[in-house]
Amino acid sequence: MEWLGMKQWSPYVVGIGIGMLSWLTFVLSDKPIGCSMAFARFSGMIERVFRGEKTLAKPYFKRYVPEITWDVMLVIGIVIGSFASALLSEQFQLTWVPSLWAATFGSAYFPRLLVAVIGGVLMGAGARWADGCTSGHGISGTLQLAVSSWLAVACFFAGGIVAAFVIFRVLGA
Amino acid sequence: MLTELHTNKRLQLVLGLVAGIAFGFLLQKGGVTTYDVILGQLPLTDFTMVKVMLSAVVTGMIGVYALRSLGLARLHPKSGSVGTTVVGGLIFGVGFAVLGYCPGTISGAIGQGSLDALIGGTVGILLGSWLFATFSPKLQKPVLSKGEFGPLTLPELLKVNAWAVVIPAAVILTAFLFALERTGW
Repeated sequence: MEWLGMKQWSPYVVGIGIGMLSWLTFVLSDKPIGCSMAFARFSGMIERVFRGEKTLAKPYFKRYVPEITWDVMLVIGIVIGSFASALLSEQFQLTWVPSLWAATFGSAYFPRLLVAVIGGVLMGAGARWADGCTSGHGISGTLQLAVSSWLAVACFFAGGIVAAFVIFRVLGA
Repeated sequence: MLTELHTNKRLQLVLGLVAGIAFGFLLQKGGVTTYDVILGQLPLTDFTMVKVMLSAVVTGMIGVYALRSLGLARLHPKSGSVGTTVVGGLIFGVGFAVLGYCPGTISGAIGQGSLDALIGGTVGILLGSWLFATFSPKLQKPVLSKGEFGPLTLPELLKVNAWAVVIPAAVILTAFLFALERTGW
């Protein structure tokens, strides 16, 4: 079982594993893998704590009810699975600032957290706007040959490549 | 189709959790739960992320279309429009580069102890999702409904048998991955 403790697997082994996992979710759950919907449901659950049943009257939350569903459990599972993998390879470590960020912008944690919140807002809104993320469109949608997903992935990378260039080559230079 | 299994709500929650654990384990082992790997992909210097995604797509595509031919699975292509897919996709892409994780890999990053993912990114994604959920009715007419094309798939667009797209797509994507390896990416 030494392979379970390896720090990294070949990206092809991982990709083929994810592809086979998607066969199982289609057959056993009639669902493609997708992660961004769960965050919208979580946000609705939080709003519900403060505003009660009025939250459920919002058109968006009528369609995507803020409750514990298959996709919410999937996201909770990802945290557990990644934690298990990191523990087995002794990679689990509490870190505030990723090393690539620290090398460009320094190791102070406040700027990184602030930028992560801003990026998160754009990503959360963008994922719901486009109705999918790197998993829902990027893997599950493209493997179904959905036109929307191939177009979405092209836009993800177009926006991402331009923004990464600005961040690291212009601002970080 | 295992309809009885699909409608068993409690069992589906367990299956969702198990699928998530497997997905998170694989993402972490692939290294794509790490900021440095994801932001190495965007300037096209580290192709780990594209390798994971494309090998998942080729494997998943062949299997899911085969399962569909056998009557064991059905497709769930998402509807799209220029106003949702293109505008939302570009916003997502910018957020992706700024945050350095996506909604799936951030969950994995939390699992391996990245506090910028837990405290910064997750708060942002929750807020961003909530903002869209709240304001999307106002965006519906002026933006989201522009250029709708529905839940179309490429074989439907081209009006051909699904396998006439699946097989060439699998060959092209695999050849692209071989070319990446040959050129040393």
